[in-house]
Amino acid sequence: MIDKRVSSVEAALDGLEDGATVMVGGFGGSGYASNLVAALRQRGTRELTVIVNNAGTATTGVGVLVANGQVRKVVCSFPVGRTAKQGMETFWDLYNSGRLDIEIVPQGTLAERIRVGGAGIPAFYTPTGVGTILGQSKETRTFGDRQCVLETALVADFALLRAAQADRLGNLVYRCAQRNFNVVMAMAARTTVAEVYEVTETGGLQTEAIATPGIFVDRIVVVENDASERLGQRQTG
Amino acid sequence: MNVQVTPRLTKTQLAARVAAELHDGWYVNVGIGMPTLVPNYLPPGREIIIHSENGILGVGPEPAADQADPDLVNAGREFVSLRPGGSFFSHADSFAIVRGGHLDVAILGAYQVSERGDLANWLLKGATVGNPGGAMDLAGGARRVFVMMEHTTREGAHKIVRECDYALTGLACVTTIFTDVAVIDVTGAGLTLREVAPGWTPETVQTLTEPQLLVPQRPRTIEVLTVLERSR
Repeated sequence: MIDKRVSSVEAALDGLEDGATVMVGGFGGSGYASNLVAALRQRGTRELTVIVNNAGTATTGVGVLVANGQVRKVVCSFPVGRTAKQGMETFWDLYNSGRLDIEIVPQGTLAERIRVGGAGIPAFYTPTGVGTILGQSKETRTFGDRQCVLETALVADFALLRAAQADRLGNLVYRCAQRNFNVVMAMAARTTVAEVYEVTETGGLQTEAIATPGIFVDRIVVVENDASERLGQRQTG
Repeated sequence: MNVQVTPRLTKTQLAARVAAELHDGWYVNVGIGMPTLVPNYLPPGREIIIHSENGILGVGPEPAADQADPDLVNAGREFVSLRPGGSFFSHADSFAIVRGGHLDVAILGAYQVSERGDLANWLLKGATVGNPGGAMDLAGGARRVFVMMEHTTREGAHKIVRECDYALTGLACVTTIFTDVAVIDVTGAGLTLREVAPGWTPETVQTLTEPQLLVPQRPRTIEVLTVLERSR
């Protein structure tokens, strides 16, 4: 019998070692696996490469891992919280001293690099970034009249996701805008972990609403629904 | 020195002017910052669908506090609502919408726009780290790009320039520039002044604009709508 449920967020991170590449889903707090990231901070795993849309701040998002000295490199489209004048000191110290690498990727290119990573496609061409400093060191090719840059796939050791519901096979149902990067990251990691508010038996989910089929998911952990807490705080993460 | 005292459009007046440009049936992405004001002033009688890059079509206005849902936010992390007929999807689909040419227009802020429509809006001068977010994808992928910005910097420097000296977001991608003093179309011939704010003239707009503006016909005056700011 397949049962992907694990008993705790700590157990959900079993095998996540120093030097690992970790994808973290979510956008604007929606679909962000805050419990798994908190457990990763507690675990203290170091030299991580984190692939995420938004690098957060010292107190929000994956920024807590950066502030805790656990991150070697961030691959993201939004490295600096717009409203985060405070709480960024560690980030800038690490960055300016060369202990933190930041790879800035246009958001659609980031999503596609992850998608192709999960789909077994090693690279693709896109016009996004042509003529900008983000495209300048990349291989180019012209299709018709469109110049394009070559972008390579991203894969990870772990993906940390959040959805609303799962069943024991790992099928996931998301609420509202929770799908965002979670759907593509689920495909692109060796071990995909989802924190969810609720797990059902097989047949307990509305089948047509399953946006991530369980084949992409390895571990499920149940967490509290923190919606009311998140309503009260507009974090930048 | 002759100080220019002709009033400029307020942000809400500018938002209303941009909104008036949107056609019935258009799918529209609004960038973070000032463009998020535009959906508050959509002209009545037009069905315009707002896209948010985090995977939403049919974004509605900010909900009342007791209706807010933390899983329903826009690209700027603001709580939003979903209009009837709205849908949710992943980033792969959302950026297929953006990059596949499915959006009628993207409305973006800018640090600078060049004479030929180059856009700079993600990295401050001298910085090495900035936030492109989805702007590069939108700049190249939407069928039209409307820039919405103040005509000059707070210090009075040109933002409409011959060549951008800020890092670029996209090349020759801007369709129309909406500022607090003018509406300017980017054409093959150059920047064409279409409208001026009340009290402004082609000459006074030109003093705030580095490249030469083309004025093929007398520009219309921007119709300043009396808009009540939606209670937030």
